[in-house]
Amino acid sequence: MNLWKEFTKGLIVENPIFRLALSLCPALAVTSNVYNALGMGLTVMFVITCNNMSVSFFRNVIHPKVRVPVYIISIATIVTVAMLVLEAFLPVLFKELGIYLSLVVVFAIILARAEVFAAKNKFIPAMVDGLGMGAGFTIGMVTIGGIREIIGNGSFFGYQLLGSWYHPPLIVVLAPGGFIVIGFIIGALNLSEKRKKEKMEKAAATAGGNI
Amino acid sequence: MTEYFLLFLSAAIVNNFVLSRYLGLCIFFGVSKNFHASSSMGLAIISIITMSSMLTWVIEYFILQPLGLYFLRMIVFVVVIAVFVQLLEMVIKKFMPTLYNIWGIYLLLVATNCVILGVPIINSEEHFNFIKSTVNALGSGTGFAIALILFASLREKLQFSDVPKSLEGLGIAFILAGMLALAFQGFSGMIPL
Repeated sequence: MNLWKEFTKGLIVENPIFRLALSLCPALAVTSNVYNALGMGLTVMFVITCNNMSVSFFRNVIHPKVRVPVYIISIATIVTVAMLVLEAFLPVLFKELGIYLSLVVVFAIILARAEVFAAKNKFIPAMVDGLGMGAGFTIGMVTIGGIREIIGNGSFFGYQLLGSWYHPPLIVVLAPGGFIVIGFIIGALNLSEKRKKEKMEKAAATAGGNI
Repeated sequence: MTEYFLLFLSAAIVNNFVLSRYLGLCIFFGVSKNFHASSSMGLAIISIITMSSMLTWVIEYFILQPLGLYFLRMIVFVVVIAVFVQLLEMVIKKFMPTLYNIWGIYLLLVATNCVILGVPIINSEEHFNFIKSTVNALGSGTGFAIALILFASLREKLQFSDVPKSLEGLGIAFILAGMLALAFQGFSGMIPL
């Protein structure tokens, strides 16, 4: 049950993209369509899980003073493995992701999870935490990618959704659109949070009135 | 000569690092709240990018390629840049204390950052020679600094305007960055490479 909690916290409550505003570079760069967004999300999920596992496994051996360089080398090694695998089996995706794939090394979220969670917890919870955070990252990426692909191209995952009457604004797929879409998503999340808070306050107030 | 100038312009403006390649967003949104901080950050970025891309070029061509260790370049670059920035910080702290007071924190902030790592990777993927990769690094750093300073000035003005409640803070900053990117989009295709 506890493990389940570790998994689900990364999905919404601590979603790396929307809540923690970490690792935004890839969230903008490769989300012009859903396929790339999904590929990037799954790669990050793999890296974060493996890195959490290795950091947690060696947590008693690593001297605290040199921990950050050790984590960085561990992340860089795992990313190199992931890149070689992708280049061999999914060369098209590898080309599309390009430089952003190499830059997974410096994603703040991966180092943050190693430092905050994996260094202090046992092997299995660390692995589950990595899976949950990776899944949350993937969900965020696919959401942004979906919005941009539907509005900017009229399709979803390559399938044409909207008919020929729809003239897609190309700007949503280009650089400026990425920034603007994320801005509005953050705004919408703030709004829904405020609504929720108001509702809870109202409920609390009426409950207090009844007593 | 023209070739190098075009490369510089292309790296600085046409393929601007933040606004058309989306790199370094953490710094771009984090340090752009006031003009002074962002201008010293810009200078720090320009100098570190240039020095670290020279260093990684030398390592790549004299150590990694002769030994056939090209696939290890990510690991080597990350470690080399992190160590180099730490060393630079120590040297500046010891010999130039006034400069350290202005720059100190920014140096450590950029140690493992996608801008600093991005330029050496682009250089190595494009197989640039030494001068070209230095020019590319200088251009990319300048472009980043231009975008950062422009954005910081815009955000200072934004403080006095009336923004919808739920867009305050990060939300409107992103939309503003979108507008700035739209302006830079006008340069695209100006320099065919």
